[in-house]
Amino acid sequence: MSMVRKVASISAALLLCAATSTAALAQKKYGPGVSDTEIKIGNIMPYSGPASAYGVIGRTEAAYFKKINDAGGINGRKINFISYDDAYSPPKAVEQARKLVESDEVLFIFNPLGTPSNSAIHKYMNAKKVPQLFVATGATKWNDPKNFPWTMGWQPNYQSETQIYAKYLLKEKPDAKIGVLFQNDDYGKDYLKGLKDGLGAKASSMIVMEESYETSEPTIDNHIVKLKASGADVFVNITTPKFAAQAIKKAGEIGWTPTQFLNNVSASVGSVIKPAGYENAQNIISAAYVKDVTDPQWHDDAGMREFLAFMERDFPEGNKLDGSTVVGYGVAQTLVQVLKQCGDDLTRENVMKQAANLKSFRTEVLLPGITINTSPTDFAPISQLQLMRFKGEKWELFGDIISADVDG
Amino acid sequence: MSALQDSVTRAPAVAAVPKGNIALGYLTSTMVVILLFAVPLFAKNFVIFQMTIWLIYAIAILALNILTGGSGQFSLGQSAFYALGAYTSAILMEHFGVNYVLTLPVAGALCFAFGFLFGLPALRLSGIYLALATFALATAMPQILKLGVFEHWTGGVQGLVVTKPDAPFGLPISQDVWLYYFTLVISIVIYVFAVNLLKSRTGRAMMAIRDNEIAASAMGVNVSLYKTLAFGISAGTTGVAGGLGAIAVQFVAPDGYTIQLAIALFLGMVVGGVGWLPGSLVGSAFIVFVPNLAEEVSKGLSGAVFGAILIVVIFLVPHGSRQVAYKIQDIVRKIRK
Amino acid sequence: MELFTNQVLAGIATGAIYACMALAVVMIYQAIDQLNFAQGEMAMFSTFLAWQMIQWGVPFWGAFALTLVISFAGGVMIERLLFKPLANAPILTHVAGFIALFAILNSVAGLTWDFTIKQFPSPFGSAPFLGSQLISTHQAGMIAVTLVLLLALYFFFQFTRIGLAMRAAAAQPESARLVGINTSWMVALGWGMASAIGAIAGMMIAPVVFLEPNMMGGVLIYGFAAAVLGGLSSPFGAVIGGFLVGIFENLAGTYIPGVGNELKLPIALALIITVLVVKPNGLFGRSVVKRV
Repeated sequence: MSMVRKVASISAALLLCAATSTAALAQKKYGPGVSDTEIKIGNIMPYSGPASAYGVIGRTEAAYFKKINDAGGINGRKINFISYDDAYSPPKAVEQARKLVESDEVLFIFNPLGTPSNSAIHKYMNAKKVPQLFVATGATKWNDPKNFPWTMGWQPNYQSETQIYAKYLLKEKPDAKIGVLFQNDDYGKDYLKGLKDGLGAKASSMIVMEESYETSEPTIDNHIVKLKASGADVFVNITTPKFAAQAIKKAGEIGWTPTQFLNNVSASVGSVIKPAGYENAQNIISAAYVKDVTDPQWHDDAGMREFLAFMERDFPEGNKLDGSTVVGYGVAQTLVQVLKQCGDDLTRENVMKQAANLKSFRTEVLLPGITINTSPTDFAPISQLQLMRFKGEKWELFGDIISADVDG
Repeated sequence: MSALQDSVTRAPAVAAVPKGNIALGYLTSTMVVILLFAVPLFAKNFVIFQMTIWLIYAIAILALNILTGGSGQFSLGQSAFYALGAYTSAILMEHFGVNYVLTLPVAGALCFAFGFLFGLPALRLSGIYLALATFALATAMPQILKLGVFEHWTGGVQGLVVTKPDAPFGLPISQDVWLYYFTLVISIVIYVFAVNLLKSRTGRAMMAIRDNEIAASAMGVNVSLYKTLAFGISAGTTGVAGGLGAIAVQFVAPDGYTIQLAIALFLGMVVGGVGWLPGSLVGSAFIVFVPNLAEEVSKGLSGAVFGAILIVVIFLVPHGSRQVAYKIQDIVRKIRK
Repeated sequence: MELFTNQVLAGIATGAIYACMALAVVMIYQAIDQLNFAQGEMAMFSTFLAWQMIQWGVPFWGAFALTLVISFAGGVMIERLLFKPLANAPILTHVAGFIALFAILNSVAGLTWDFTIKQFPSPFGSAPFLGSQLISTHQAGMIAVTLVLLLALYFFFQFTRIGLAMRAAAAQPESARLVGINTSWMVALGWGMASAIGAIAGMMIAPVVFLEPNMMGGVLIYGFAAAVLGGLSSPFGAVIGGFLVGIFENLAGTYIPGVGNELKLPIALALIITVLVVKPNGLFGRSVVKRV
């Protein structure tokens, strides 16, 4: 073989090599935190502090991703789930978010919990162009793709839920005298705003009392006494589980029998209605998007069985009666879907693109008929709810599935 | 049923620290300062941000130390002054377009006035009663910030987003590095001020009150004036820290300034050593970094791990890092001999 | 007018919760001359133990008695293991110890029993009491239990050797030691009793507010306030203080226009501070003479 031919064949081989590797590179595009074997995902949860009850969401997600990893991961990549505690303090959330983005170099931050914490990192995440994906709060402002293209919610927003109640009231009970009890924070005020917007011009005449409480109060009995005295015949109960149970029980004890609306946050049969007493909870109206584990009607449901099997095998120390575990499971499944759609293009841009491209996706813990849909102009994955009424020892769904999108 | 005659047999609430021992020597101080100035040359932006937060909490702990270590008064309400300072800076910057540097003296002055006024009724209270009064202030503050009447200014439950300042004069450094140096310079100024204050006539009067109020008053110290003054100075300093905190974190909301913050600052003071000013840096490091360490150990039990670490620390050094520093000082002296 | 009576009645019912807790606060204050910030969490933990026993099939009163014994022993143990070694440390270090204990108990309870609310059975039922819908038989029972506890404590401190010794040990440790009182064990005993009283308070409160790891957070603030208002040295004052705080808080929330409802805790605390400024030892506390 002559020298010339030798050189020519080597360079041809080299060229071929180069060509194939660029082809491979074209297929595989990685953002920070991604390799052939791993995807680094950040998360912020209040494991300690006043909201530590919600820490179980983060632990459920960790258990779910471990299950996915044990089964081989997503397209061969394991999820490295890095979850930090912010103790529900906004300054700490900023510290942890920066640690995740700048020190751990995660691909994105998934499901950080709490409106105050998410508000604190909102601007930072969007300035850095790091996805703040499926935030665990129902505030309306997360659906704002125009101004904040890197932030997306997951659950139906608070305002849309009370708007549904308002529409129901205007139709079924237009002369209602409404008494509202709400938690004095962003969550309570968002719900209240939805109710007022839904009632429109009639809000001021229909709402006879707006009563707020602080989470530091041991009992809210006195608020219920006040609401009863106001003469309200409709009670809109915008409270977290402990206070919801107290309110339902107290109303029963003092013989106040208005038409009651209970926010979805506290609609769990096992952890709210049962402690409050079934007899006090008859005919309460609420709205739901996920199945309630403690509701007997889902005992033989396939999706629910799958969830229970997961809890038993992968997260035995968690409490399946806690509604937060279902939510954690559902949102983790949604993320896995997004990552599957991303394929080998695991850049931050593509994660947001795929998250905004969910079409009729379902996790089987959602109520029948409810689907997850997003688009570049719609950053509200779940925006459907169904009304339900409490009868006997379970919720009875009624009416159609209602779509209620509220823009941020 | 209680003791009719108090204070005879019981040790004072705050152990006396001789005034020569409230600070580090010149050599050590200079070394620490040089080290702090050099850090940004080696660290990543995130670490620099963390250190800024560390310095800010150190200022707040130092402020509490002036109050407790200096005048013997106990406060669980520092988060209220911190919040007031933070909101003052945030509102001035966002609603009135005031330069961030100028908001700090305003925050400090406002908090000084507020603390001084709060110190007046607090004069009648001591020990546990004062703890309850300050505790009440700390629980009331987030609720006041949420009030509808102030919502236009405070942003209510949603809070306010603050713009982060760029480095001035076109300096080629990042926002984080600039803010770190800015905070560091303010910290040094406040530290020097505090050391000189406690060594001055005012400081001696305060410490006399701390060690024995009745004796101090018998010797002609104006107890009311110095006690309220201590409250005012402490609140004002905390307010500056709060303002810096708002600028560094770029966000203020009622949830950021709950009783948890007051408790953290208190723990920082105890771990650092009551009455020993450099301990504020150690105490601040404890409250910023130990929770991170605790959650590394266990997510579900992070609170318990934090508690356990805290117990170990107070078992080993009941007087905080001050005790360690004195030990080292002793050893150094022996070696020199 | 009806609203007024109703709010007063509701205030008494809630006040009973505060009064119960305030008794435990006074008890520990008598023993260690300090407020124990972990008192509420200790009570919560005891209540969880009782709940767990009931879940395992132990009858209510059996679980009640067992919980008291365990809580007493637990209180003594905490003192021996945690605070006796710190006896010579500054008081502020003790406060840090209370905070550590708070964090540990809260976090362990959260992991063991999680944060969903639990129903805690009431031994008195929850029917309306004497036809009034505002006070249930449970709340009436709770008031009765509080009063019985109060009497028992009064007799204990006034007429029993050990009660008198305990007071002496807290008030004048030096002198008490001279007359042969083992002051160190008196402190431990005080911890045990405070812990047991806290357990009773927890088990009385839980049926009203529901059992969960954070149930005592708010209650403790009010318990402190009640005890301080009544005078930390007087069990009688603490109980009265509890009812006063409960009633006042409700009335402030109902009748102060504008901010009354949103600020009722701060308003209640501000009132207490005003009382303290006028009467620095609380309504029923004895004044302390200071010497150089």
